[in-house]
Amino acid sequence: MSKATDVMTPDDAAHGHDEHHDHHIPKGITRWLFTTNHKDIGTLYLWFAFIMFLVGGAMAMVIRAELFQPGLQIVDPNFFNQMTTVHGLIMVFGAVMPAFTGLANWLVPMMIGAPDMALPRMNNWSFWILPFAFLILLSSLFVEGGGPAFGWTFYAPLSTTYSGDSTALFVFSVHIMGISSIMGAINVIVTIFNMRAPGMTWMKMPLFVWTWLITAFLLIAVMPVLAGAVTMVLTDKFFGTSFFDAAGGGDPVMFQHIFWFFGHPEVYIMILPAFGIISHIVPTFARKRLFGYASMVYATASIALLSFIVWAHHMFTTGMPLFAEMFFMFATMLISVPTGVKVFNWVATMWRGSLSFEVPMLFAIAFIVLFTIGGLSGLMLAITPVDFQYHDTYFVVAHFHYVLVTGAIFSIMAAVYYWLPKWTGKMFDVTLAKWHFWCSLISVNLLFFPMHFVGLAGMPRRIPDYSLQFADFNQWISIGGFAFGLSQFIFLALLIKACKKEGEPVSDQVWEGAEGLEWEIPSPAPYHTFETPPVVK
Amino acid sequence: MTQKNNQNRNMVLKLVVIVIGMFGFGFALVPLYDVFCDITGINGKTRNSAAAYEAVEIDESREITVEFITRTNTGMPWEFRAETKRVKVHPGELNTVSFYVRNPASGNIVAQAIPSVSPGLAALYLNKTECFCFNQQPLSAGQEAYMPMQFYVDPQLPEDIHYFTVQYTLYDVTARADDLDTQANPFMTQQPESGK
Repeated sequence: MSKATDVMTPDDAAHGHDEHHDHHIPKGITRWLFTTNHKDIGTLYLWFAFIMFLVGGAMAMVIRAELFQPGLQIVDPNFFNQMTTVHGLIMVFGAVMPAFTGLANWLVPMMIGAPDMALPRMNNWSFWILPFAFLILLSSLFVEGGGPAFGWTFYAPLSTTYSGDSTALFVFSVHIMGISSIMGAINVIVTIFNMRAPGMTWMKMPLFVWTWLITAFLLIAVMPVLAGAVTMVLTDKFFGTSFFDAAGGGDPVMFQHIFWFFGHPEVYIMILPAFGIISHIVPTFARKRLFGYASMVYATASIALLSFIVWAHHMFTTGMPLFAEMFFMFATMLISVPTGVKVFNWVATMWRGSLSFEVPMLFAIAFIVLFTIGGLSGLMLAITPVDFQYHDTYFVVAHFHYVLVTGAIFSIMAAVYYWLPKWTGKMFDVTLAKWHFWCSLISVNLLFFPMHFVGLAGMPRRIPDYSLQFADFNQWISIGGFAFGLSQFIFLALLIKACKKEGEPVSDQVWEGAEGLEWEIPSPAPYHTFETPPVVK
Repeated sequence: MTQKNNQNRNMVLKLVVIVIGMFGFGFALVPLYDVFCDITGINGKTRNSAAAYEAVEIDESREITVEFITRTNTGMPWEFRAETKRVKVHPGELNTVSFYVRNPASGNIVAQAIPSVSPGLAALYLNKTECFCFNQQPLSAGQEAYMPMQFYVDPQLPEDIHYFTVQYTLYDVTARADDLDTQANPFMTQQPESGK
């Protein structure tokens, strides 16, 4: 493995860079269009992700409004299906993944002592194709026959035989999203391999860098498989191939195998960087070193490797033979071992620490508790015989929203609160932040916890209507949903204030217990950092 | 600087190769899936060609119940039913069952039947010496036919399987049919009117 021991000059990172060696920051829209600065691109990614979070959230509000009462009242079923589909696609590919890429852009160079990402020009491209992908996806909602209505998993034959012409738009937008995240992943890998500061050995790398490195490898391994799957859907639908059509010798179950071969590593793509973030925040506010750094690294790598051999646990009810169901059940349960190691390490880090509960720590602790709830319901779903009951019910919806909303999204919010003062140089509005945290925490549990109950009682997911006995729970769930949605406007207000640079100036270290290269540079972080690499001891 | 750039470029090239390789792997999964299922028989697909029946020893000590169910794919107007719903057979014994089809539509339709066996593992032991599912079946408007299927159960069938179900699904493949003349259907009976 290459060790970045050679000293770099500013020119190294600035290759292909507009020549701004006088630290002059360009102004206006062209700054953002043509920027190759990792901090600018990180900001673009994060704002884009936040806007998509609100758009996808608005769709969730439509879903919850329809489900507020039994019966059909607000939207017709086809539009309801489009909402569940596009909500899922936007939240996965438009909110969570770009937010993590944005954090990687901001933080990875600062954490490893690099002046910028290794491939700044490509970095610009990988962001700027993303808005077009989502414009295409959103515009598909307005074509005749409506947008994609087959669920974000686009199972064949729903997406091949029974879908509208807008499927082509869906396929192209997924292609563009895939290209964007592959380019982002390549950039992260090359940066981490080639641009670490002297002395930054592999086992000294901050955990956010480690988890992102592993995530990036997952991305380049599975995003191309997703691209293949959507391409097969496209040719099956429009060009007469029969990959998934039994009449032509294909097999619709094969679609699920190919999709979940991508899909399961994908869910770890959305959670591994979160593990990294929490592993930064907990030690800071416990004022102790992270317990078990090396085991964290190995656990992350184990989770990533195991993610490739568990895909069929999404398919227990497809009629697999018993030995396959047993294999995928035990392989899935095995993942809870490295995940349990992580949760144990976070708790052990807090144990007898000098804890304080600043806003990032509040989100981090909520993450640990609520992600664990989501992990445990995942363990329940892994048990093959009971999965036959839980499959395609709201129990599954509760499970993956606990790991993705109170898992991935809470970790992103925690990260924003943790590093925002470093980015802006000013402390954010703590009162607003606490309101945001407590409103989100209460409403998110009201939103997702009762879903476990209605799911166990048999309420199917993706259906715009339900039988009467689920009415009370669904009203509570919808109220929780609206409250959670509204709570995010507190976050929006806080972010706007922060971008206007309101608030008290912060020190370079910002948080008393914070450690790492990014806390050694001035606050706010200058436009160019580490033009002369630091030496890590 | 150039050394750094070269290092980056080499790394990018390697990663792009991985990306292209994984894109190819996605498509390679298609034949891999077929081969894997062919060998293990776990997806319940039976073989697509006729098996030879040659001096198979009949195991009188075992009796296997084979059930036949039929369905037509959405949009496929044919009537399709198994004349024999259920048959008890000894492994190794040659049996013939018959399926009735009728095309009630006003146009010619070509059908393809796709078998699926449940439990899937039994598929490997269902040997068909003759089946309408090996070929596409054309029927002109109003025609009906009885289509035979001849099979024997391999005596190697695992001990714990006493009962399995064979399902045929009829698909309308007129749009992509091989250039078949409806008159060429070997199972076709007379037009209902003229056949009286």
